[in-house]
Amino acid sequence: MAIKDYLRERFFPHMWCPGCGHGTVLNCMLRAIENLALEKNDIVMVSGIGCSARISGYVDFHTLHTIHGRALAFATGVKMSRPDLNLIVPMGDGDALAIGGNHFIHAARRNIDITAIIMNNRIYGMTGGQFSPLTGYGKLATTAPYTNIDHAFDAVSLAIAAGASFVARTTTYHAKQMIDIIQKAIQHKGFSVVEVLTQCPTYFGRKNKEGSAAEMMENYKNTTTPIGSKAGQENPDLIERGIFVDKELPEYCSEYNKIIQKAVKGK
Amino acid sequence: MVDMKSEIKFVQGNEACVEAALYAGLDFFAGYPITPSTEIAEHMAVRLPQTGGKFLQMEDEIASLCAIIGASLTGNKVMTATSGPGFSLMQEALGYAIMTEIPCVIVNVQRGGPSTGLPTHASQGDINQARWGTHGDHAIIALTASNHQDLFDITIEAFNLAETYRTPVILMLDEITGHMRERLHIPHPGKIPLVSRLKTSVKQGVDYHPYLPREDGRLPMSDFGGIHRYNVTGLFHDMWGFPTDNPQIVHGLLRHLLDKISNNVHLIAKYKEYYLEDATTILVSYGSSARSALHLVKNRRNRGERLGLLELQTLWPFPYGIVREKCADARHVLVVEMNMGQILREVKIAVEDPEKVFLANRIDGAFITPTDIRNILRLVQGKGV
Repeated sequence: MAIKDYLRERFFPHMWCPGCGHGTVLNCMLRAIENLALEKNDIVMVSGIGCSARISGYVDFHTLHTIHGRALAFATGVKMSRPDLNLIVPMGDGDALAIGGNHFIHAARRNIDITAIIMNNRIYGMTGGQFSPLTGYGKLATTAPYTNIDHAFDAVSLAIAAGASFVARTTTYHAKQMIDIIQKAIQHKGFSVVEVLTQCPTYFGRKNKEGSAAEMMENYKNTTTPIGSKAGQENPDLIERGIFVDKELPEYCSEYNKIIQKAVKGK
Repeated sequence: MVDMKSEIKFVQGNEACVEAALYAGLDFFAGYPITPSTEIAEHMAVRLPQTGGKFLQMEDEIASLCAIIGASLTGNKVMTATSGPGFSLMQEALGYAIMTEIPCVIVNVQRGGPSTGLPTHASQGDINQARWGTHGDHAIIALTASNHQDLFDITIEAFNLAETYRTPVILMLDEITGHMRERLHIPHPGKIPLVSRLKTSVKQGVDYHPYLPREDGRLPMSDFGGIHRYNVTGLFHDMWGFPTDNPQIVHGLLRHLLDKISNNVHLIAKYKEYYLEDATTILVSYGSSARSALHLVKNRRNRGERLGLLELQTLWPFPYGIVREKCADARHVLVVEMNMGQILREVKIAVEDPEKVFLANRIDGAFITPTDIRNILRLVQGKGV
């Protein structure tokens, strides 16, 4: 199936700014789905609120655009009642880890078979450039005009600590790696987390003088390195990308089916 | 007469609610422990998987309501249960279910408020929150009952209304009805009619409009994840479910959401009446307060006083027409409730002469007794205490 067959073309052009990285995430996600030859009817995309969340409107899957921060809670209800469907939940950094932080760690802890994609542009874009829990110390935002004193979460470490059974990181510069990682995340049976560093030239880039979209992407190339690389060992400031965790753990829906069997037998 | 397949139990109201939900065909429950509703979650955890259904304990009340909304969309009958603080947390997701027309039943076993309030004591302080708690103009259905047999029937009615109108229905219990033990007769399956949501007859591959209601306001939707792919959003949306700010479409959707409830008040309204035919003084009450009101009415009738009781089971949409008609000939109307007059206001709006309407209440966590009501009644009737 051609990529454009996965899109709802009548809702284009999309609402993202020129240079926004979210289009690259959409593209890579659809290529991963195409590589897996998944049927459109077998995919549910659940999203919350924000620039990232609008991604669900553009794809021709079963799409559920919910409320801020709660996409994973809605997705949990959908997945538990239809375990046969593939659940993909794209979230922004604020959506996933500020207002939705509690749902994120608990979905990871349950190991429910959902693919969570954190589109991390380090800013609240839709409301016009306020700092998020991933903006980072010393950065500028409209609500941190004298520099940000909030320290950032490391989304990967957080996901690992919360018990996610698949955890990976990539960037919009590394599109081929992104396709491969999202593909593996969807195939993984359990809660999978993919953090994608995605540029917001309009707000984060402009406020922090990071240049154009192309320059921000080049920055991803220069400031990241494959997990365990020699460059990474020599320079600990480089951000590692790749698959950090990929392990088999009991999946929540399958475990609940065992509960039903026990309950029915013991009645 | 008790049927062979029916069952008699001695249970808490919370357990009666669980049994009724199972009778109604509940598939999915998600909740978070909170007094005085916790027994609902505990009994669900045991009973629901026995029927093949699923019970989830979520990380908070917000997640609980979100999870059941997701499960309902795929075609399941769903429920959550909570009390005041949790009900406050649920308000945003409640609005989402209203906007997206996703059926669900939310039980609020009321405790004293505001804030943490009185977790183990009786109150009916959330009646207006049930009506107006979520932001924006909207309609809501809220039901209540005063004894376990009625609670059983009303819980099933809550599911039937949720399925019929594709809307959240709030079941307003309170600490007394939730924790009190009483006889419950569970009728044999099939005795009480059950309603399931309408399904679309549109075939696969045909342009499908999930949010195009029929002329009667009902919405035959395809189960999410089924043969039709569509978008669901809490934004104002067109008939395909896609966001729009077109004023005509926005107006049309909001009117539809309001009218599908308000045009059917006569079908939704449930109430019970006792000795109203010749009553000169009418008590209007609901939930556990109605038990004390009924006790007083029966007691005074034995002494020849012309006292009657109108017990409301549907609180929202408020049955103004019924209250106006029933109270038309009464000299005094006394609203009995455990709050500062949340239903009193509606009764005053309903009747021709609001000056004849008075309040008998308690707001201290103690259950309102027949004596409490009688003392206020004597004042109203000019008899002194």
